[in-house]
Amino acid sequence: MVEVESLVKRLVNIYGRKRESLLPVLQGVVEQERTLTEVTLKIVAQELDLSAAQVYGTATFYGFLDTEPRGEFVIRVCKSITCAMKGKNQMIKTMEDTLKLKLGETTKDKKFTLLQTNCLGWCHKAPTMLINDEVYINLDQEKVIEIIQSYSRKGTY
Amino acid sequence: MAEKTLKRVDLIFSEDNYREIIEKTFAKTDDEIINEMIDSGLKGRGGAGFLTGLKWKFARDAKSTNKHVICNADEGEPGTFKDREILDKVAQKVFTGMAIAARVVGAKKGYIYLRGEYRFLVPKLLKDLKEFHAIMKAVNFDYEIDIFMGSGAYVCGEETALLESMEGRRGEPRNKPPFPVIEGYLGQPTVVNNVETLASAAMVCKIGSQSYKRLGTKSSRGSKLFSVSGDTPIAGVYELELGMSLQEFVDEFGDGDTKAVQVGGASGFCVPRKKFPTTIIGYQSDLEGDNLPTGGSMMIFNSSRSMYNLLRNYLDFFVEESCGQCTPCRVGTQQLIYGIEAVKRGDKNSSYLDYLLKLTETMKMTAKCGLGQSVANSFSSIVTNFKEEMIY
Ligand SMILES: Cc1cc2nc3c(=O)[nH]c(=O)nc-3n(C[C@H](O)[C@H](O)[C@H](O)COP(=O)(O)O)c2cc1C
Ligand code: SF4
Repeated sequence: MVEVESLVKRLVNIYGRKRESLLPVLQGVVEQERTLTEVTLKIVAQELDLSAAQVYGTATFYGFLDTEPRGEFVIRVCKSITCAMKGKNQMIKTMEDTLKLKLGETTKDKKFTLLQTNCLGWCHKAPTMLINDEVYINLDQEKVIEIIQSYSRKGTY
Repeated sequence: MAEKTLKRVDLIFSEDNYREIIEKTFAKTDDEIINEMIDSGLKGRGGAGFLTGLKWKFARDAKSTNKHVICNADEGEPGTFKDREILDKVAQKVFTGMAIAARVVGAKKGYIYLRGEYRFLVPKLLKDLKEFHAIMKAVNFDYEIDIFMGSGAYVCGEETALLESMEGRRGEPRNKPPFPVIEGYLGQPTVVNNVETLASAAMVCKIGSQSYKRLGTKSSRGSKLFSVSGDTPIAGVYELELGMSLQEFVDEFGDGDTKAVQVGGASGFCVPRKKFPTTIIGYQSDLEGDNLPTGGSMMIFNSSRSMYNLLRNYLDFFVEESCGQCTPCRVGTQQLIYGIEAVKRGDKNSSYLDYLLKLTETMKMTAKCGLGQSVANSFSSIVTNFKEEMIY
């Protein structure tokens, strides 16, 4: 907890103690922690002198500000029409099999979370996905397996 | 595929001397710049198609010591990816447009609202910004641009939702009026312009409104970027003159078996093959309602595609991205899904589709922002043009 508290304090020092700093601060926490817990939201509220309800309300509005537990690597597969036409369901199936989880779940070792998202803005290179901030385009089954394997080796655990 | 017939334009992605454009433009008075912008006929490339010069004039005339110029880089409309390409390749051109807008309206601070999905662009943008701030210093103009990140919410591309988001709140659109040019970021006059609009504004200043006007047609001046995707062998970003027919477009970009083109993304219109020759891409085509399909998203579908699946995909998108603030949109989008599913299953007969069409009309009239209002565009154009596919 001390760690999250000092992270929030550090972020507030960078972005300032204004309501306008709320999103950058929450984004900074997610970048490090991948998720916003109730405790974290309360700390942010305190530091920015807002009510916890205001902070919670804002956080839960945004798809990328996760308030549920997430893995170290959050995979977001684009499900908009072009990616759907070019085989995103197969990509998801491949990842479900490789990671032994279902869409929406996190692996037991807390390494990967598999989600879908709306248009990533790469329709001309579909299908596509995001792993944390990294974009992967022109996917096929082999590529997906390769990418997942390279992340498996990466982790911090 | 036919031979290349459409004229390609090379304005947006050309390399330029930005300091030269800024110095040349700053030598003029604010009124001269505004008049040049208005005369060029440049309209907003973010969707609503408002005259850029007029927007700047309103913000200039608003009384306030603090004003802002914001670049809308939220680019969330399905099928659109040209703004990212601009920021990736010629970000300085966008900053130049922002600086010119700032000079005209009297703003000292600028922001780029960048969608979270494009965070990977940040290191490069910061490098470009550093160079740009050096130019600002060299020309002795007090203007600074920061990046503000979005966090995965399509509706934040709506300009007032964008402002709410920057102010640390849920991205729920505000009532208009007051418009952002009068009461924008932190209640102060704010110009919100699309990435492409700002890059085009810089080019109007470079080549002059006379040359710019020569491109396009009377109601749709200039060139425009198109994000082409779907069933096409040559998907990508293309800069074309406004005013072409959809037939010309399909002849060049289709795969020879094009059944329909969705113009303007999920919030745009679906055009069936028989209407290709009579549909003109620009600001005044007979397609256009309140929400003009000017975002430049062109999704091509061939005869192997199900239009029911297409509509279903768009409706899922709207249900997820609705901010939930107003009932017609929050409930309406969900009811439309239940409705088309019931018809498909045979639980409701085909006349139920007319009832759903009426619902979208109601949404168009009563929803608070463009998201809820524009659901009718794709819904009615897909349902009326491909009715059999909705039923069988
Ligand atoms: C739901 C919704 C999403 C929008 N998304 C964007 C967007 O991603 N980028 C954009 O430039 N404009 C978007 N707009 C339009 C903006 O509200 C606004 O009209 C535009 O940024 C103005 O800039 P322009 O005059 O240069 O086009 C959106 C509008 C709505 C209703
Ligand atoms: S129309 Fe939809 S997105 Fe717009 S304000 Fe209403 S609920 Fe929100």
